[in-house]
Amino acid sequence: MPVNMIVCCKQVPDPEAPPSAFKVVNNKMTLPPDIKPVIGQYEEFALEAALKIKDAAGGKITVIALGNNFVRDVIKKALAVGADELVLLEDGAFEDGDSWAIANALAMAIRKIGAYDIIFCGRQSSDWDAGQVGLGIAELLGIPAVTLARKVQVTDGKVKVERVIPDGYQVVEVAFPVLITVTSELGALRYAALKGIMAAAKKQPIVWKPADIGLEASQVGAVGRRSKLEKLFQPVKKGKCEIIGGETPAEAGANLAVRLKEAKLL
Amino acid sequence: MAEYKGILVFGELADGKLASITTELLGCGRKLADELKEGLSCLLASDAVGNLSKEAIAFGAGKVYVVEHPLLKEYQADSYMQVAEKLVKEISPRAILMGQTSLGRDLAPRLAFRLGTSLTTDCLNLSIDPATKLLVQTKPVYGGNAQAVFISKLMPQMVTVRSKAMSPLERDGSKKGEVIPTKVDIDTSKVRTKILETVKEEAVGIKLEDARVIVCGGRGVGGSEPFRTTLKELADLLHGAVGASRPPADNGWVPEAVHIGLTGKIVAPDIYIAVAVSGASQHIAGCSGSKHIIAINKDPEANIFREAEFGVVGKYEEVLPAFTKKLKELLAG
Ligand SMILES: Cc1cc2nc3c(=O)[nH]c(=O)nc-3n(C[C@H](O)[C@H](O)[C@H](O)COP(=O)(O)OP(=O)(O)OC[C@H]3O[C@@H](n4cnc5c(N)ncnc54)[C@H](O)[C@@H]3O)c2cc1C
Ligand SMILES: Nc1ncnc2c1ncn2[C@@H]1O[C@H](COP(=O)(O)O)[C@@H](O)[C@H]1O
Repeated sequence: MPVNMIVCCKQVPDPEAPPSAFKVVNNKMTLPPDIKPVIGQYEEFALEAALKIKDAAGGKITVIALGNNFVRDVIKKALAVGADELVLLEDGAFEDGDSWAIANALAMAIRKIGAYDIIFCGRQSSDWDAGQVGLGIAELLGIPAVTLARKVQVTDGKVKVERVIPDGYQVVEVAFPVLITVTSELGALRYAALKGIMAAAKKQPIVWKPADIGLEASQVGAVGRRSKLEKLFQPVKKGKCEIIGGETPAEAGANLAVRLKEAKLL
Repeated sequence: MAEYKGILVFGELADGKLASITTELLGCGRKLADELKEGLSCLLASDAVGNLSKEAIAFGAGKVYVVEHPLLKEYQADSYMQVAEKLVKEISPRAILMGQTSLGRDLAPRLAFRLGTSLTTDCLNLSIDPATKLLVQTKPVYGGNAQAVFISKLMPQMVTVRSKAMSPLERDGSKKGEVIPTKVDIDTSKVRTKILETVKEEAVGIKLEDARVIVCGGRGVGGSEPFRTTLKELADLLHGAVGASRPPADNGWVPEAVHIGLTGKIVAPDIYIAVAVSGASQHIAGCSGSKHIIAINKDPEANIFREAEFGVVGKYEEVLPAFTKKLKELLAG
């Protein structure tokens, strides 16, 4: 039976940019313009989970992203790897929402989309690292949720999820509809094939404003927040590293041992 | 409108003891409660709590709500939610502190949305704003490349706290407190998930969280083999444990249980030896509490050298065996 899936993807500043590239200016994070944003890492894993199910059982994948100023070829990667539809909640009003404002808007959009069996989210976004939006959507929609999936299998309207727990894993069974958050061991997102890239280039995303999902501009983004961001800052980094040398790498290794003994670390 | 008062710690049990995060939360909660001149209570929910309620008091709780139910033996969101929701509505705490643990990550966001309040996860620092009595919540964001300070006026104020970020109080068995057995009927028709199987992949040897020395391998190690040979040999010599950054765990070179960082384990050993780890902020989040960080990396520009105290630039295949050999000599002699 084909499975109807929704994957929530966020466009974020590249989390793997060198730490020195991250600069807080006026309480906002900025990165140099040459560092392009990306789809968040855990959302890529979530998308891969959906694609694996589509491979095995068939189905439809709708990707939803909320934000503003989406870079089209960044977010269209979702289509290029095999998602069927891309819905952008794109508006200035959506900017600077907290987990609550984001989850609420995504839940409203999902209600509008209507039919779904599985909603996938990443375990946490690569910018705010909150780990809340997925579970929030599930609560707002009143559906069960399973977190930290490393494997997801579908059989007769039921899902079997392997979820990561400390020192092991659990196999959890749950019926549709369900929200699943995905962790990194599920495996990296596949590469887009040329055919997919060409098809994605032609496909236009659907763009919704707050009113399209039944919300006022005052219910989303910065004004819709439940918690106030008082301050964003970068703690000063401590000391510097003593580099131990030697004629050869091996000698440097031996010298390191001597230095650690001297410093009484052993 | 109910009056929201006091701090509630959502306790966790581990191996028949209070989990270390719970003693840390009680230590932090005690300070906050004293500042507010309000009470500190602790919820302990399990199939059998035994005399751990006394332990919670010894670590700072004034009141301990004990909920015992066979269905609480293993964590299940839908049953734990019923317990948490009922207690919170009954006692209306001003703030709820939970651990940024497997349980806290899964339960806290659900509870916050259910209660219609806000939540800040993974806090490193909490204080009380004297003017408003609100909880000032500091959490790392952007993978640790910045920190954010949040305040919410909605009650109860909810946070999860990173492990090892707070210090427990000295255990004091003479402390007095009140133990309140609390009955919650768990409606099984509301439990929508079914656990078919729980598989523990126990790590052999010293546990990462307890190790005084950790040898951590990164993607640059190149495969599973060195984790079992060169890295392990060094760890054994120093009576330590082997850990890894995320890629080795994702690639299946090591079990997930030894993955260190923002989304893995948080460790704070005396000595942390990072081998072929670039030092991404998300990794450093898991090991920045180490007393001494030592790095071996072939790239002199690698970020790990900004975090380390001592370092060697070079291929680990050449550096590490010589380092281990020399250490062995020095330790013997
Ligand atoms: C939200 C989020 C959460 C994350 N959580 C975590 C987490 O919990 N833990 C974590 O580790 N990562 C986490 N990451 C991933 C993180 O951003 C990095 O991708 C990861 O830490 C990189 O691992 P690494 O240093 O082993 O690999 P790389 O960054 O690929 O670095 C490999 C290093 O090895 C060096 N090297 C290569 N060969 C050799 C050699 N022969 N000898 C010596 N040196 C060599 C290279 O110079 C390089 O510095 C997270 C990312 C996101 C977005
Ligand atoms: N702006 C957004 N657009 C689409 N999905 C999002 C957005 N923010 C968060 N999510 C989803 O929710 C997950 C958890 O986000 P967070 O609670 O911010 O850590 C992410 O991995 C995404 O799947």
